[in-house]
Amino acid sequence: MNFEFTEEQQMIRQAARDYAERELVKDVLERDEKAEIPWKHIKALKELGFFGMMVAPEWGGGGMDTLSYVLSLEEFSKHDSATAVILSVHNSLVSWGVEKYGTQEQKEKYLRVLATGEKIGAFLLSEPEAGSDATHQRTTGEDKGDHFLINGTKNWITNAECADIYIVVVQTHPEKKHHGINALIVDKNTPGISLAPHEDKMGMRSSDTHSVMFSDVKVPKENRIGDDGFGFKFAMKALEGGRIGIAAQALGIAAGAMERAIQYSKERKAFGKFIHDHQAIAFKLADMGVKLEAARNLTYKAAWLKDNGLSYGTMSAMAKLFAADSAMEITTEAVQVYGGYGYVKEYHVERLMREAKLTQIYEGTSEIQKIVISRALLKD
Amino acid sequence: MKILVCISNVPDTTTKIRFTDNDTKFDAAGVQWIINPWDELALTRALELKEGSGGAIEKISVINVGSKDTEPTLRKALAIGADDAIRIDAEPQDAYFVASQLAEYLKANPFDIMLCGIDSSDYNGSLVGGMLSELLDLPSVSSVSKINMDGENIILNREIDGGSETLETTVPFVAIVQKGIALEPRIPSMRGIMMARKKPLEVKPAVETEALTEFAGFELPPPKAKCKMVDAENVNELVELLHNEAKVI
Repeated sequence: MNFEFTEEQQMIRQAARDYAERELVKDVLERDEKAEIPWKHIKALKELGFFGMMVAPEWGGGGMDTLSYVLSLEEFSKHDSATAVILSVHNSLVSWGVEKYGTQEQKEKYLRVLATGEKIGAFLLSEPEAGSDATHQRTTGEDKGDHFLINGTKNWITNAECADIYIVVVQTHPEKKHHGINALIVDKNTPGISLAPHEDKMGMRSSDTHSVMFSDVKVPKENRIGDDGFGFKFAMKALEGGRIGIAAQALGIAAGAMERAIQYSKERKAFGKFIHDHQAIAFKLADMGVKLEAARNLTYKAAWLKDNGLSYGTMSAMAKLFAADSAMEITTEAVQVYGGYGYVKEYHVERLMREAKLTQIYEGTSEIQKIVISRALLKD
Repeated sequence: MKILVCISNVPDTTTKIRFTDNDTKFDAAGVQWIINPWDELALTRALELKEGSGGAIEKISVINVGSKDTEPTLRKALAIGADDAIRIDAEPQDAYFVASQLAEYLKANPFDIMLCGIDSSDYNGSLVGGMLSELLDLPSVSSVSKINMDGENIILNREIDGGSETLETTVPFVAIVQKGIALEPRIPSMRGIMMARKKPLEVKPAVETEALTEFAGFELPPPKAKCKMVDAENVNELVELLHNEAKVI
């Protein structure tokens, strides 16, 4: 076994760390308060090549491996996971989906602009009545010969406003149930698409989340991804990789809280000594450290499996489940280490705690991950 | 026109410093190495000048005197945007040793502008730039905080006591740069990191040179004295502590 990073992976991690420490952290509190999309950072991260970083160079991407991507998301999320999730959806769901399953024409038209970040992607799967249960899609894509006609509503859509390219999962043949689902590439400016107001969320507030309504939206037939009826499988495949991104994000949130808690325990005194000299705090830090490292190892392993062409679906579910749950526990304990200060926005840990909660919910709740994992364990 | 940026490979500024061999050698175990911060800013400015030169500056090279272990630092410079890198294959002994190695290379491979950081963040000698210009018999300008180009003319600003000084010069010359030369170092882009794989990194053998100095021993600064808090109301206690304990008044 080799636990060493390559020189390139270290360089990418450092680049992400430098950007997060120099730039993201500067306005993160204000953006969180005002729920503002981080346009300035999106622009800078495009220029640095983090949008499309895993896309092959022949399509204009960075050609970096999944582990480098995980290290980047971890570093960004230590300071601002809302910006990290914009990258996560763009890279692991949309760009990956088009690169892996798109036709040559779709790649020419969409992957090139996704790879450079010129256009941002969003993934539209959840519906008001189909969140965890993605087999029952109510949004329809009626087959009209040369095009599909989309009608319906998608919910909880990350990047709905800041994206230009949507991948929309629709029911094209209701009688075939989940075998009648297709994923379509849709330009956001197609007539008939409208956005509900920005959801006023508990955390990740500067990542935009909306419901998206489709009313007689015409999408050319050639925008379907894969063969007819591939949509459900496509969505599940995309989410397998997406979970690695969310695990990395949860890991970063946890690491950010851990680093801050350690630092604070070395500065704050109570009863005449530093609080880390009290066993109550020292043991808390030990428990947090173990969970963090275990989450890190699961997440890196899922990335490693993907990079080595091995099956990674179960491991990515394990990583996402454990990293998200650990992030929730570690951030809650970090607030406790800070005491009253932890409950105040200025010290960041309460924000990290709010952000951690979402990692247990989106791209498959912790409960859904347990279904995925247990099914895999019980197979055969 | 060609610019050369001299790069020192130094421990990360947050490194916990330890010594071995009876406190005569720096303990490099577990140390994270980085581009010397002044050199990184010099490289950033060199790249800005190249980008704004309309093709007049055709190449930015970086050079380092060091063992193979320093190559990641040079590759980072390539990822940031340098066009090629040269490593003189020798363990640096002292400033004269390094300056001599650089000078030998530069006699055979001349550059128009040579940039050195004002000091390296490890030994803080502030010697290599000055020595290099002397060994090459070239003019040098120290404490440079700004470099701009106006056609063939180069305009340099120096921070001096109570003000600043503006100088005009022509190439070739050595500039020893400091704070202000660039706002902040560039973060390498994914494309830059990818391109760095393919950019040339030439390894040159060292020339015979003897170091002029050797390290007799290192000593860590004394640990910070403990901070004692005195209530703002209690001025008498403060005076007494300053007088009897700190013995400063």
